[in-house]
Amino acid sequence: MAEYQNIFTRVQVRGPAYAGVPLDGIVGIRLGKGGFSYWLGKFGDAQIGPIYLGWTGLASVLFGSLAIFIIGLNMLGSVNWDPIQFVRQLPWLALEPPPPQYGIGFAPLAEGGWWQIAGFFLTASIILWWIRVYRRALVLGMGTHLAWAFASAIWLYLVIGFIRPVILGSWAEAVPFGIFPHLDWTAAFSIRYGNLYYNPFHMLSIAFLYGSAVLFAMHGATVLAMSHYGGDREVEQIVDRGTAYERGALFWRWTMGFNATAESIHRWAWWFAVLCPLTGGIGMLLTGTVVDNWFLWGIKHGLVPSYPAVFPPVVDPTTLTGAMP
Amino acid sequence: MNKFIAGMIAVFGAAAFAIFCIIVFEAPPIDTVQRGFRGLGMVENTNPRLERIKVGANQLPEPTPPSDKAGHTAASVYKNVPILGSMDEADFLRLMSDITAWVAPQQGCVYCHDENDYAAERPYTKIVSRRMLEMVRYINGSWKTHVADTGVSCFACHRGQPVPANAWFLPKRSQPFNIVGNRPAQNLATGSENVAFMAVQNQPFAPFLQKTDEIRVVPTRVLHGKNVPSMQATEATYGLMGHISQALGVNCTYCHNSRSFMSWDQSTPQRSTAWYAIRMVRALNNDYLEPLKPVFPANRLGPQGDVAKVNCTTCHAGVAKPLYGAAMIKDYPILVGPAPARTASAAK
Repeated sequence: MAEYQNIFTRVQVRGPAYAGVPLDGIVGIRLGKGGFSYWLGKFGDAQIGPIYLGWTGLASVLFGSLAIFIIGLNMLGSVNWDPIQFVRQLPWLALEPPPPQYGIGFAPLAEGGWWQIAGFFLTASIILWWIRVYRRALVLGMGTHLAWAFASAIWLYLVIGFIRPVILGSWAEAVPFGIFPHLDWTAAFSIRYGNLYYNPFHMLSIAFLYGSAVLFAMHGATVLAMSHYGGDREVEQIVDRGTAYERGALFWRWTMGFNATAESIHRWAWWFAVLCPLTGGIGMLLTGTVVDNWFLWGIKHGLVPSYPAVFPPVVDPTTLTGAMP
Repeated sequence: MNKFIAGMIAVFGAAAFAIFCIIVFEAPPIDTVQRGFRGLGMVENTNPRLERIKVGANQLPEPTPPSDKAGHTAASVYKNVPILGSMDEADFLRLMSDITAWVAPQQGCVYCHDENDYAAERPYTKIVSRRMLEMVRYINGSWKTHVADTGVSCFACHRGQPVPANAWFLPKRSQPFNIVGNRPAQNLATGSENVAFMAVQNQPFAPFLQKTDEIRVVPTRVLHGKNVPSMQATEATYGLMGHISQALGVNCTYCHNSRSFMSWDQSTPQRSTAWYAIRMVRALNNDYLEPLKPVFPANRLGPQGDVAKVNCTTCHAGVAKPLYGAAMIKDYPILVGPAPARTASAAK
């Protein structure tokens, strides 16, 4: 029995690759019979292919490419079509949503119109890929867990880029496409609404985000640590005694006091992952629609601690009589 | 062979990563000084190695030693000294020689005087320098809320150069719109040095330090109401704040408690000082600098034909207290103008 190591995969399977269930659609072909890559096999599964894109997959790739093409050309145009400057300034470059005066309507191409088009294509691409994920799961006789987890991420994406701007009646509320610009947007958004950290749904989202990372690490570590006893066959060992799985369970009880089962750990992980964007989306949806200042909301509801004064009291100069100059 | 290639890739990868780290990151150590209550992250970071360079570059030159009083005013000896005529002649000559050292040490007196007739109203720099003396007196007399008793002299901005190194002009007008576009002055590395290298609008000076665009963007109510400033307005304010942070060489937390940027009761006293600074800089740009436009020759004007104006960097040059708090007016009482009449209507 080969051991599972920390970095490289030690087991590589070679043999006739499984091509999958028969195609059900009228569009699309299955390319190749699948090949093997030694180096990819060091990292993950060595088998590549057979490649299949049905009509949802093809349309998704097409729309996604169009979106990236539009974003990229707008970025290139913003540096006067200079490829060197495009590379040098890429982290700063962006395709911005329309300014507030266009509300929720169409904007001229140069003032956010391209953002609307790119956003439409990107959204279409993502939703088509979701349909593909859902349908492939059914065809393979699987549950649709992955599709619903993906839907949770799409929910957050739609809240930020579509639902919330529509509720507030302004595309200017949405995020720019761009590396630094979307980060600056995030920081500015939090400051503008009085610090998003006091938004309880933001708190939940972060708890599930970090929780997902911790659970993933704990689960992966436990299975790797027991693999030389066959612990990777976790679910089939679930009801037996004296198995590698039971060692892991004992270890969790000794080190943490409580443990998942080989089945429930995956349910925990799935829910943590799904709840991260789900709660995050709720938090975004409430911001600027229901609550305008989360810090003041936190004060109102006893959430904000007070600290001893270190500095002399500071008052808003606009409230002082004769403050100028 | 495979192993050799993999080894080579690893070596080159490691070398490239090391070069990336050396170029991108600042070599330690970083010293931190806690300012706010513990646990709030209200700390200032300095790198002693870089700080030494900064201290060396921000030194006030030794003033000319005072000489015995002449016993008569400058106006009784020289013609055409409207601002400084009441000074003792010895003090006047001392100030003139210090101004030369502060502003035009290479060019000497003739940078602002006609060498054949010091009383003449030429060259143009004489007209400008007189207005600048009035400006310095205005700052020191009317803006103690910002400069306190430390005050400013010509050197605060000029640093031994006829044109201060950190002045700003209106940017070149952007090209007319075509179908691809990006709103000007945003999302570019070029220009981001104005706003701490962020991608937000990188020309915060004209809207906030010349015009009086609204800086406050955070609603001061809990539940949703009307007229929340746009994301674009928020990012513009963010750009101004980036400029201030960079100009002073400090973090956001020098003035703000980051848990609530808008709350004055969470802020440090430095935030008030900065609030007055913004109003002061607006007054300097609008009342003293821009009106000098007809006086300057074309080569001193910006791409839109405007006068070089001041922002926070002009005087601070990356230091929280310019020249590390060196007192600039203690030897020159003439540089302090009259205090303003305080009226409620002045608060705007």
